[in-house]
Amino acid sequence: MSLETGLKSDRREANAFDVASIRADFPILSRKVHGKQLVYLDSAASAQKPQQVIDTVRHYYESTYANVHRGAYFLSETVTSDYESARLKVCDFLNARVAAEIVFTKGATEAINLVAQCYGRTFLEEGDQVLLTDLEHHSNIVPWQLLRDAIGVELVVVPVRSDGDVLLEDFEKAINTRTKIVAVTHVSNVLGTVLPIRGITDLAHSVGARVLVDGCQGIVHGPVDVRDLEVDFYVFSGHKLYAPNGIGILYAKGDLLSLMPPYQGGGDMIKSVTFERSEWAEPPAKFEAGTPPIVPAIGLGSAIDYVSTIGMESISSHENAVLTYAMEMLATIDSLRLVGRPLRKAPVISFVIDGIHPHDIATILDRTGVCIRAGHHCAQPLMDRLELAATARASFAMYNTLEDVDKLVAAVRLAKEMFG
Amino acid sequence: MFGLSDSEDLKSLYQEIILDHGKNPRNQGTVEGHTCDANGNNPLCGDRILVTAKVDEGFIEEAAFTGKGCAISIASASMMTEIVKGRTIDEFKKLFASVRAVCTESDDVDIESMSVFGELEEDVSRLAALGGVRNFPMRVKCATLAWHTLLSCLEGNKSVSTE
Repeated sequence: MSLETGLKSDRREANAFDVASIRADFPILSRKVHGKQLVYLDSAASAQKPQQVIDTVRHYYESTYANVHRGAYFLSETVTSDYESARLKVCDFLNARVAAEIVFTKGATEAINLVAQCYGRTFLEEGDQVLLTDLEHHSNIVPWQLLRDAIGVELVVVPVRSDGDVLLEDFEKAINTRTKIVAVTHVSNVLGTVLPIRGITDLAHSVGARVLVDGCQGIVHGPVDVRDLEVDFYVFSGHKLYAPNGIGILYAKGDLLSLMPPYQGGGDMIKSVTFERSEWAEPPAKFEAGTPPIVPAIGLGSAIDYVSTIGMESISSHENAVLTYAMEMLATIDSLRLVGRPLRKAPVISFVIDGIHPHDIATILDRTGVCIRAGHHCAQPLMDRLELAATARASFAMYNTLEDVDKLVAAVRLAKEMFG
Repeated sequence: MFGLSDSEDLKSLYQEIILDHGKNPRNQGTVEGHTCDANGNNPLCGDRILVTAKVDEGFIEEAAFTGKGCAISIASASMMTEIVKGRTIDEFKKLFASVRAVCTESDDVDIESMSVFGELEEDVSRLAALGGVRNFPMRVKCATLAWHTLLSCLEGNKSVSTE
């Protein structure tokens, strides 16, 4: 009886999402800026860090630091084991098959460049097509332009609809037998649009194309299962998932990494080296030349432990509640226009106000303690398509509250008052 | 609750004259029969402006601009196109120097001490309204974009970027 009660209570604890206790885990949230309580609404650019991650990083530098994969001594063995167990945590978090499918990079940008160069140059040839969408971040456009300039592939862009959606039928029109790679964002960093990834992979695979998903905004807002999504490559940056910066992830399905040449040469990625020739290590080491971002990787493992304890489903439902409230409240402001109303939306809101440039909005909000982003959000082609020079963007994370939304709305009203 | 009166910084950034020029910019468009033009680009915020000018025997007869930007960059462009009318290129450069000075120097820039500007003194003191950006380092480029662009226009360069 008591055991049963205990279990129930544990379960209730695990499922209850207590934003106050989560906020207490993020020390920065208690600071003030310009004398005002910080309201951080720029997590889509980079998320704040919980004490658990900060402690992990500090602990490593204070008591456990050494290089990985080298030393036959206690510290190096411990760090190596923790570095590799961080890889396993990423593997489990993505529901990948084996840890060898996970490469540590310095960020999502490097991961996309790695695929564009190593997969692209090996398996694509002149006249092949790489399919992108209007929603892409510059980091999922420019690496493919470099590939285009190197080997003459063609970049085809699936247009975004006026409501901010790119639907499966839009991909159906664009995909053909010349399509070799479909490189799409999971979630738009500007509009919050959630793309139908599973449908896209089915379509792409039906013509033999590979799918790379830029998961920077996707990984943070809900559970991601790379096997369920059937993606070939999935990349994300640690710093948006509450981990230190300087660490990113490339997931590559099955034997893809074995089929690709190394990205960079150096220590750690070889089996043997002579001046005549070198032999590569097996993946993932083959793609991790040089001393990797050891502590950031272990910090990412700690961040994954942190969000997993809370539960990605719980995080998602809390964030959705904040999003819904924010959309409702912002819509009550005269002359404010929400940019994009996609069918499925992550907690990222772009808006514009008649007569006030987004930069002026951001400056005024900052003086009230509210941090938002203003500009083109590294998505200039999307801005051009939407015929906007810039937007103001508020993005929400698990630590944001309805009260944060109220402060945002009050600050926007002040900006309007100031500009008459 | 936060009130506007709480922030002297904001009040000094968005002075009446800035808001006025920002909302109702003067000299928007292109100068008919212009002798030079240049594009200015602030990659940080995506602001782009086109400045055109008609120069005759070293005098800037007219200057105009098109483009979108924040209140600061538009107000600065608007004030600039008003003030440089009839000025020599050398005088424009002195005015630009005064803009840079008020935007970046410490709080106590003494406009009076800029006697070197002589008859430009009145213009210099009008432009001092741009000095509110001093407390907003990220916005200094907004205030100077139009000036950089007119400078490169006068020097025969077609484009300039603030980065």
